[in-house]
Amino acid sequence: MALETATPMRDLAHDELRDFTWTLNFGPQHPATHTTLRIVLKLDGERVVDAMPDIGYLHSGFEKIGEHLDYNQYVTVTDRMNYISPLANNVAWHEAVEKLLGLELPPRCQYIRTILCELSRISDHLLCNGAVGLDTGAFTYFLYAFYQREVLYDIFETLCGARFTNSYTRVGGVMYDFTPLVVEKIRAFIRDFPKTLDDMERLLNRNRIFVDRTRGVGVLSREEAVNRSCSGPIARASGVTRDLRKDEPYLAYGELDFQVCCMTTGDCFARYLVRMAEMRESLRMVAQALENLPSGPVNVGIDERTTLPDKREVYSTIEGTISHFELMMTNRGFTVPHEEVYAAIEAPNGELGFYVVGDGTDVAYRARCRPPSFIHFAVFPHLIRGHTLSDVVAVLGSLNVIAAELDR
Amino acid sequence: MNSSETIQALSAQFPEIRSDEFRGQTRVVIAAEQLRPVLTWLRDQRGFDLLVDITCVDYLHYRDARDRFGLVYLLANAETNERLTVRVYLNEPDLHVPSATDLWEGADWLEREVWDMFGIVFSGHPDHRRILLPEEFTAHPLRKDYPLQGRGERHNFPVLQRGSS
Amino acid sequence: MAVELPENVVVSKLDELANWCRKNSLWPMPFATACCGIELMATGASRHDLARFGAEVFRFSPRQCDLMIVAGRVVMKMLPVLQRIWQQMHEPKWCISMGACASTGGVFDTYCVVQGIDRFIPVDMYIPGCPPRPEQLIQSIIDLQDKIQAEGTITGKEFDLQARQGPKRALIELPIIQAPTTVH
Repeated sequence: MALETATPMRDLAHDELRDFTWTLNFGPQHPATHTTLRIVLKLDGERVVDAMPDIGYLHSGFEKIGEHLDYNQYVTVTDRMNYISPLANNVAWHEAVEKLLGLELPPRCQYIRTILCELSRISDHLLCNGAVGLDTGAFTYFLYAFYQREVLYDIFETLCGARFTNSYTRVGGVMYDFTPLVVEKIRAFIRDFPKTLDDMERLLNRNRIFVDRTRGVGVLSREEAVNRSCSGPIARASGVTRDLRKDEPYLAYGELDFQVCCMTTGDCFARYLVRMAEMRESLRMVAQALENLPSGPVNVGIDERTTLPDKREVYSTIEGTISHFELMMTNRGFTVPHEEVYAAIEAPNGELGFYVVGDGTDVAYRARCRPPSFIHFAVFPHLIRGHTLSDVVAVLGSLNVIAAELDR
Repeated sequence: MNSSETIQALSAQFPEIRSDEFRGQTRVVIAAEQLRPVLTWLRDQRGFDLLVDITCVDYLHYRDARDRFGLVYLLANAETNERLTVRVYLNEPDLHVPSATDLWEGADWLEREVWDMFGIVFSGHPDHRRILLPEEFTAHPLRKDYPLQGRGERHNFPVLQRGSS
Repeated sequence: MAVELPENVVVSKLDELANWCRKNSLWPMPFATACCGIELMATGASRHDLARFGAEVFRFSPRQCDLMIVAGRVVMKMLPVLQRIWQQMHEPKWCISMGACASTGGVFDTYCVVQGIDRFIPVDMYIPGCPPRPEQLIQSIIDLQDKIQAEGTITGKEFDLQARQGPKRALIELPIIQAPTTVH
C-alpha cells in the first residue's frame, strides 16, 4: 500500500523531546483495565502528559465471521461483543436484519424485547458502576452490584437457559415466550431492587473519598462530546440530550413513559450519577411494560416465511409444514433484498448500530457493528491529559470500555 | 421530512449527486473528488455535527457490482435527529481519499480501522497506522480475497514447554 | 534445581504435606480477556464463593501467583503477552484453560484467534462451556487440587518428565479453507 502520500507517522510514545517525562505501560494485563486494553502513558512525575491507547488485544474477526454465518446463527456471535448486556446486542442485530427484510414484529415480541433490553441496561450499569467503585476502592459496592446481577442472571436463565450470552432473539421473533415463572421473577426483582439501589447510593453518593476522586476528573464538554461521536450515558452526562429511545423510538418505547437522564458537568461523577438515574428509569419502564404486556403471538406469522413456526402448526397445518421445510433446508432459507441498511438502538453503552449489507441469501454480505466502546475509548487521551495517574483508573472505569466490543 | 430538503439543497449545490431512499434511510452517492467539499458543506450548512460511523464494503463477490470498494459515511444531526448516508465508490489501484479528522475528531480511529481492515488510505490523517491488528500484519483481512482462517499468521509463535520456562 | 532427596516415608509424608498446603492455597492469576472473565468474577463474588476453596487471593501480579486461569479468547496480538506472563510466574505453577475459546478457539475460527492456548502454553485443566458456569470452574479447581495432591512433589520433578507430555492431539493443523476468488 502506498503510504508515501500520507503524512509521516507520529508515534507519541517514542517522543524523546522532553527528557523529564517517563513512559509507563498500563496493560494489557492489569486488574483495572477491564480485560485487554493497553495505554502507554507519558508522565511528568504523577501528572499525565499524554496517553496513547493501543488496542486490538481481543480482535477476533467478528465482522469477518458475519460474512459466513446465517442471520440466525450470527446472533450467538453478537452476544460475545458487549458481553455485559448481551440481550441489547441481540436486539440491535435483529433490529437491523428485520429492517432490511421489512418485517413488522407482533406487539408482544416488541414488549418482550423492550423489557429484556431494559433489564440488560440495568445489568450493564450495575457492572460499570460496580467496576468504578471497585477501582476506586469501594469493594462492598461492587459486591452489592454483583449480587443483583446474579438475580438478573437467574431471570435470564429461567427464560432461555443461559445466564448471559443468551442468543435470545431470532429473525421475526424470540426464542421462547415468557412463562409465568419468568414474570413472577421479574416482579420480585422490581419489588426488591430499589432497596439495593438506595443502599448503593448511600454508600457512594456523598462519600468524601469517592466524590473527591471523581468530581472534576475527566471533564468532557458538550461540543467535544458531539464532535467525537460520543453517545449514551457519556454524552448525556455532558449535556447532549440525545437518546434514541425518545428521538427515534423503536420497539415499544413509543408507548412507555420515561425520562431521559442528563447532566451538564460531564465529569466522572456526572457519568456515575447518570447511570444510577438510568437504572431507576429502566426499572420503571420494566414495570410499565410488564403490566401492559399484550397477549398474542410472539413470533411473526407463517406467511412471512422467516421464523420457524410452532411445532403444533408444523404437524397439523400445511402452511406450517411448508414454512418449516423452506427454512430448514440448506439451499433454501429466506430471501433478503439486495440492499444495505443501518439500524441503531440505544444500548447501555451508547448508540449500538449494525450496518448490514444483504445479497439475496440468508448469510449477510457484510455485517458491520458500530461499537460505542471503540468510539468512547478514542476520547480517553483527551480526558486524561493533565490529571494524575490515579485518575486514569477512575476515568477508564467511567467510560465503560468493554474490550470485546472495542476490538470485535 | 427534513431529508428531502437536505437532498434538494445538496443537489442544488453539487449537481452530480445521485440519491435514493430505502426503508426510510436517505443515501447519497458522490465521487471521491467531491468527498471533502460535500462533507464540509453538510457539516457547516446543514448541521450534521455527529459522525456516526465510517465503514467500507468490499463488493468483490456482490452481484451487479461495478466498483470494488464502497466507503460509507453515516452522518446524523444531533438536534433534529436527521440521518444521512454518504457513499463513495473506490477502485484499485487508486484507494486514496482525504481524511475527515479535521471535520470530526471521531473520524480518527474509524479511519484507522478502515485502513487496517481494507487498505483505504486517508491522506491527511495524523496517525495513519494499524489499530486492531499487530503492526507486523501485512494483509487487509476484511477484503473478500482474504480467507476467514487466515494464512497461518495466528499460529506463528514459539511453543513453551512445561519445566523449561 | 532438583534436590536429590532419598525416597523414604519421611519425604513422602513431606510431599503430601507440601501438596496439601499448595492445593489449599492456590493463588489464581486471572488472565481474563472476554466473557469468561465475567464468569470468573462471578465465581469470586458472593454467590459462588471461590474463597471457600482457598483461592481467595486474586493477585494480578504473576510474581505472586501459582495458578493462571486463562478465561476468554486469546488472539494473536495477546499471545506473546500471555507467554511472557506465564514465564514470569514461579514454579510450581498450573494453568487452567477456562471456556471453549481458550481451550480450542471456540466459536472463533478466524485469522486472529489462537485455536487453543495449549498449542503454546502447557495446560493442566480444560473447562468446556461458553461461558462455563461458575460451578464448572469450582469443579475444575477441585479437580486441580486432586491433581496437585496426587502428582506434586517438593522438587517439582513431575514437571521435568518430557515423556509425560505426549504429543498433543490439538496440534494437528486442519487444512485452511481458501475463500473463492472468482466473481459470481
